[in-house]
Amino acid sequence: MSTTETTRPETALEPTRGARFTGWAGNYLDERTSISGLVKELGRKIFPDHWSFMLGEVALYSFIVILLSGTFLTFFFQASMATQVYDGSWVPLKGIEMSAAMKSTLDISFDIRGGLLMRQVHHWAALLFIASIGLHMLRIYFTGAFRKPREINWLIGFTLFILAMLEGFTGYSLPDDLLSGNGLRIIDGMVKGIPIVGTWTSYLIFGGEFPGTDIVGRLYTVHILLGPAILVAALGVHLLLLVINKHTQFAGPGHTNDNVVGVPIMPVFAAKAGGFFFIIFGVIVLIASFFTINPIWVYGPYDPSPVSAGTQPDWYIGFADGALRLVPPGWELELGGYTLSLNILLVLIVVGVFLVVVALYPFIEGWITGDQREHHIADRPRNAPVRTAIGAAGVTFYAMLWAAASSDLIATHFRLTIEGVIHGCQVLLIVGPIIAYFVTKRVCVGLQKKDREIAMHGYESGRIVRLPGGEYIEVHEQLDDYERWKLVSFEDYKPLMIRPDKKGRITVNQRLRAAASSWFFEDRIAPVSRGEIESSHDGGH
Amino acid sequence: MATAPRSATRPAKSARKQRAAGRRHPLATVALIMVGLIGTGGAYALFTSSATAETQTAAAAQLDDGGKLFAANCATCHGMALQGTTQGPSLIGVGAAAVDFQVGTGRMPLAATGPQAEEKPPQFTDAQVAALAAYVASKGPGPAIPAAEYLTGTGDAAAGAELFRINCAMCHNVAGAGGALTEGKYAPSLAGVSAQHIYEAMVTGPQNMPVFNDDNISPADKANIITYLRYLDQTPTPGGFDLGNLGPVSEGLFIWIFGLGAVVAITIWLTARSN
Repeated sequence: MSTTETTRPETALEPTRGARFTGWAGNYLDERTSISGLVKELGRKIFPDHWSFMLGEVALYSFIVILLSGTFLTFFFQASMATQVYDGSWVPLKGIEMSAAMKSTLDISFDIRGGLLMRQVHHWAALLFIASIGLHMLRIYFTGAFRKPREINWLIGFTLFILAMLEGFTGYSLPDDLLSGNGLRIIDGMVKGIPIVGTWTSYLIFGGEFPGTDIVGRLYTVHILLGPAILVAALGVHLLLLVINKHTQFAGPGHTNDNVVGVPIMPVFAAKAGGFFFIIFGVIVLIASFFTINPIWVYGPYDPSPVSAGTQPDWYIGFADGALRLVPPGWELELGGYTLSLNILLVLIVVGVFLVVVALYPFIEGWITGDQREHHIADRPRNAPVRTAIGAAGVTFYAMLWAAASSDLIATHFRLTIEGVIHGCQVLLIVGPIIAYFVTKRVCVGLQKKDREIAMHGYESGRIVRLPGGEYIEVHEQLDDYERWKLVSFEDYKPLMIRPDKKGRITVNQRLRAAASSWFFEDRIAPVSRGEIESSHDGGH
Repeated sequence: MATAPRSATRPAKSARKQRAAGRRHPLATVALIMVGLIGTGGAYALFTSSATAETQTAAAAQLDDGGKLFAANCATCHGMALQGTTQGPSLIGVGAAAVDFQVGTGRMPLAATGPQAEEKPPQFTDAQVAALAAYVASKGPGPAIPAAEYLTGTGDAAAGAELFRINCAMCHNVAGAGGALTEGKYAPSLAGVSAQHIYEAMVTGPQNMPVFNDDNISPADKANIITYLRYLDQTPTPGGFDLGNLGPVSEGLFIWIFGLGAVVAITIWLTARSN
């Protein structure tokens, strides 16, 4: 078959019917939309190949899955808190009064064909969406891909993360089941803990005393209209900036700060990405088919009196819940007859400051390094020890808050006392990040030293050779130039010097900056220079 | 009862004279039933009196056994006269239900001192447990072992579920998966616990559990709660594997470890260069 085809070159010259149609259709479209310019520009965009560069794509594709499954759910969900009596298929709730929201969610789960699968797809996809955003952000952070010119895109990405959490929380609250009602009650408590405006804000949100009959309808508008609209808009800007800024790439032979090495969008990347979308969709559907998520039929309708053991928010709100659990008891003040709830205010402040630092980190680091250059080569985490160490400290801090949110389950499953778990988390919340900072920094510097050693002397081959003179040496295997390139090409920073400005003064700002800079770059390993490599090779091993 | 048959048989005789056709008088059936009833009643009275005698000797033997078992296995901590010691509480008035629960689930005798008694394979046979229960019950009135009618699991599951959410879920979790209490104590999982033990736990309040007496939750409502738990045990979870019914924590861990894990593995596979 194949041999006969290859021996007939004339088929390649004459366009087939299909090719002629494609050509005609392309021309038809182009003459009316001038789309060829865009395709030429976008189609030749290059995307580098590295697994960690696909995490943002995972988030994007799970978002599409969320939109698709969410649209299905809106056909059947009733965002109303009107009281109805359940008469569907789940026996242990038959004849129980509940809101229309809860009833319609139960109907989606049990009485609408494919409804339960769609609910589970929607919820699992939401968890994956936010998890992949988190991992994507960590990748960006640890490779320094937020540096100029991408600081603004980091900020937009951070906004997307917050919006995703908002979408997640509003969606979690919609079914008006016991678990989500408890979650809303916590939010209500936090809002009420804000001095002066708290109580009135809570009344504004819930349309009166909690829980009222308005909140589900309001959350629904936020969840399916406001949230997605802002999210899609921000996502558009995020992707546009990605195209404008071009993608970062890891150091490698031929990879420079001025080019991007990879595959063009058309056709290879587009085909791969299209396939990847279906793989992600498949993974989500597979998980949703086999694993229960948010079994509201077990939780039952919301009623302010019962609170179940093991009541937790979805994972992405866990850190805030954990922060509440870690506040020591009795942190309240009474001022002139008014209670100041430090136990809530402190949580709002700590969580708020943490998020603001995350959002502004590119600008903070930019100020410290004073680096005005553009960076398109992604750092290996070890080559920026202090940044990596700060990241590890931040991850530890977040992780401790996160762990604290499941303190009761940690206690029961590891046979600990819940007080012990809480106290442990309290200590580790402060001490853990400090330990993580120093350990990570030492590990990074150690890895850099190892890289330097390997770049200069090569690997220990384990081959012992006896020389004619009787001397034993171990033969070191040298790296080839491609591998060595990855080890030696990173930028070397030095602490900023304090210099007087035009008027001959040294400002406080400058002193601060110099101090921060020396903290950042004090312990550093310089990349191996060409001269060092050459001289080391002369040594013979 | 006794007067009714006499008045009924008289018209029966007079009716037979009136009818020469030899057909059975309509009240003959009544008469027959009366004879039967009196017969069975008499026989029953005869049998039960002898049965009571047998039961009495059996009960005495059981009490005797129970006393010995108690002295050998329980008295060290609870005292020879059930009065309690520094090591264990008094058992006077705890009732047969408490003994059946604690010993029947293996919580007693205690394997080791700890925050609370742990469930383990029971140390005694059912007969021995019954003997112990009878012995302890004989020393002071207390909640008895529940009647079988409440343990069938045929009550109203919806009412039971609602009561469960209001009264039980704060410690045992809405799905009965268990939960943490203070100082290392915990509310155990209710999956697979027998109806009788659930009922006994409600009336006796073992470990840290409060007592739900019959004024608080009526026996019929206790049966409803048992029905709900039985329903959860016997109904497969509609959404697939339930991940331990632990709620968002297990869901979050699952998506991070298996969901994102699978996705990262796929990205690595997709970008891997063929050798």
